[in-house]
Amino acid sequence: MKLHEFQAKQIFKDYGIPVPEGKVASSPQQALNAAKELNGPPWVVKAQVHAGGRGKGGGVRVVRSLEEVKNAAAQILDKPLVTKQTGPQGKRVYQVLVEQGVEIDRELYMAMVVDRSRARPVMVFSQQGGMEIEEVAARSPELVLQQFVDPGVGWMPFQSRALAYSLDPLPTPETLKEIITIMGNLYKVFISLDCSLAEINPLVITKQGHALAIDAKISIDDNALSRHKDLQALDDPREKDPLDAKAAKYNLNYIRLGGNIGAMVNGAGLAMATMDVIKLAGAEPANFLDVGGGASEEMVRRGFEIILEDENVKAVLINIFGGILRCDVLARGILAAAEKMEINVPLIVRLEGTNVEEGRRILKESNLKFLVANTMAEAAELVTRQVSQ
Amino acid sequence: MSILVDEKTRVVVQGITGREGTFHTTQMLAYGTAVAAGVTPGKKGQKVEGVPVFNTVHEAVKNEGVNASCIFVPPLFAADAIMESASEGVEVIVCITEGIPVLDMVKVASFLQNTKAVLIGPNCPGIICPGKTKVGIMPGHIHRPGHVGVISRSGTLTYEVVDQLTRAGFGQSTCIGIGGDPIIGTTFIDHLARFKEDPETQGVVLIGEIGGSAEEEAALYIQNEFRKPVIGFIAGQTAPPGKRMGHAGAIISGGKGKAEDKVQALESAGITVVRNLGRLGETALEIMGKG
Repeated sequence: MKLHEFQAKQIFKDYGIPVPEGKVASSPQQALNAAKELNGPPWVVKAQVHAGGRGKGGGVRVVRSLEEVKNAAAQILDKPLVTKQTGPQGKRVYQVLVEQGVEIDRELYMAMVVDRSRARPVMVFSQQGGMEIEEVAARSPELVLQQFVDPGVGWMPFQSRALAYSLDPLPTPETLKEIITIMGNLYKVFISLDCSLAEINPLVITKQGHALAIDAKISIDDNALSRHKDLQALDDPREKDPLDAKAAKYNLNYIRLGGNIGAMVNGAGLAMATMDVIKLAGAEPANFLDVGGGASEEMVRRGFEIILEDENVKAVLINIFGGILRCDVLARGILAAAEKMEINVPLIVRLEGTNVEEGRRILKESNLKFLVANTMAEAAELVTRQVSQ
Repeated sequence: MSILVDEKTRVVVQGITGREGTFHTTQMLAYGTAVAAGVTPGKKGQKVEGVPVFNTVHEAVKNEGVNASCIFVPPLFAADAIMESASEGVEVIVCITEGIPVLDMVKVASFLQNTKAVLIGPNCPGIICPGKTKVGIMPGHIHRPGHVGVISRSGTLTYEVVDQLTRAGFGQSTCIGIGGDPIIGTTFIDHLARFKEDPETQGVVLIGEIGGSAEEEAALYIQNEFRKPVIGFIAGQTAPPGKRMGHAGAIISGGKGKAEDKVQALESAGITVVRNLGRLGETALEIMGKG
């Protein structure tokens, strides 16, 4: 679960990581009132939306009068924000963060993630902040430093020193002390809240010599959310595609992709492989949908409904390898969905595995019109035929 | 021969009285697995399908001499269950549970370094040696005893592959689902090293997916150390970046973990990569000869 910048900054503040003074606003008038309560000019008006590249997309404005604060907020809230991560249709912004401006001397990078192959949290630090860390790593890898955490002992002061004393030129002792404190606190945030990412980019050193997090990014491990009741309230459903949100309600793993062949599959790996087969057949997958290993008739029905609600879908491929999920349960779920809604697109069904005979019989004896594929290769051929028609 | 488990393996099912635990205990028994004990705290004295239930893994080891575990414990308690088995000297731990928090697995990985336990999973279908035993949830009937080893990050995708292998005439020595999570107990390389030493295994099918770099690391290992024929498949060639494709570990982030990069790493290590999953069976015939 991704948090908004203002939510992440509140958490930082609670854990002793300094952030600029700021307030959230959902209208230009509120933004104006917020600015009046903050020191300025200058002020910064920032779009609160789950998408990177806000600055280049016009979602971050530095302004020097109250009039401009109001105008900047109006422009950001008025139309969808387009960045390289949102796609051309952009994303609607519902809130802005108004902050007092900061005089920046240097921009650093600091983040904590889990390193998969070492199975340890790692702090990533660079004196080249303000741009994406992947870019820095590609251009000057020697400027990206890492410290791995031993889970038995946690973050140690020597690790902070190893990173902070790499800065060139070296900041004043007071500033170094602030940076070192922030490192320890960022680790506390990461561990206490079950984060998958806690990132400060940039961590600035102000002209006055203070370290300050002027951006904040936190993602919470979805698997750990159930033990963080307070964090669950920070979820913003407006950030999700409506069909994605509906699928989540029924515990379905659905991701809308924009193509024209809908797919319903059991198991994430097979679902990905089925998408690939659709693409190889010359079509584009409309979605990823894993109904799961132990799906019920109800879940199959809901999944099928969600696929058909996507108006781009021109054909549907159902690819099930029954293991725990039995083919007869799947067949009944499809028929239950077909009873409630009209199916105007061709349906290709490939069933294999547990109770396959029973599943095939149930479908055959119904009124449902569908094409049978016995193997994945046949399924792909049928998809190609549908596309070329 | 087979790797890690065989007909002599004695299994304890942790979480045996739960719905999934009971169902798969029945399935494993039907396949011929020696399920010797179950553990659910507070339920000692009960029986599930004739299998005695204990309060702790310690009791199960002491009374029934179990040496492998199959875990169906809910996600927030699963890390604890893995460590319990490992601390009792259980050698092979298969964790089926999906949804364990990553930071819990960080602790597990560190804890296991001081034990002799081999962890398979979590978020996996388990391990099967066809005709001998299965410790996991895969449908047994699609497998045949034979000489191909299968290692995979996915569940149903493995079934698809095994089914094609069986239809093409290839039986399997051992099939292992290593799990779809970002942090897993054992990875491709751990099991490739075992298949390398197993005379019964004559070739390997390696099934990867987007996210992480386990396939790239495996490619390097195969190039340097592994002489048996290998067929690779990578799921997620059409997956968009930044989206988690069902598995917690299946995500392209920061430009890393793309399917195409993995395919290239495998191909440049001399491994035949199947791009269209429908053609896996026939490719096996081309690469490994008659089944």
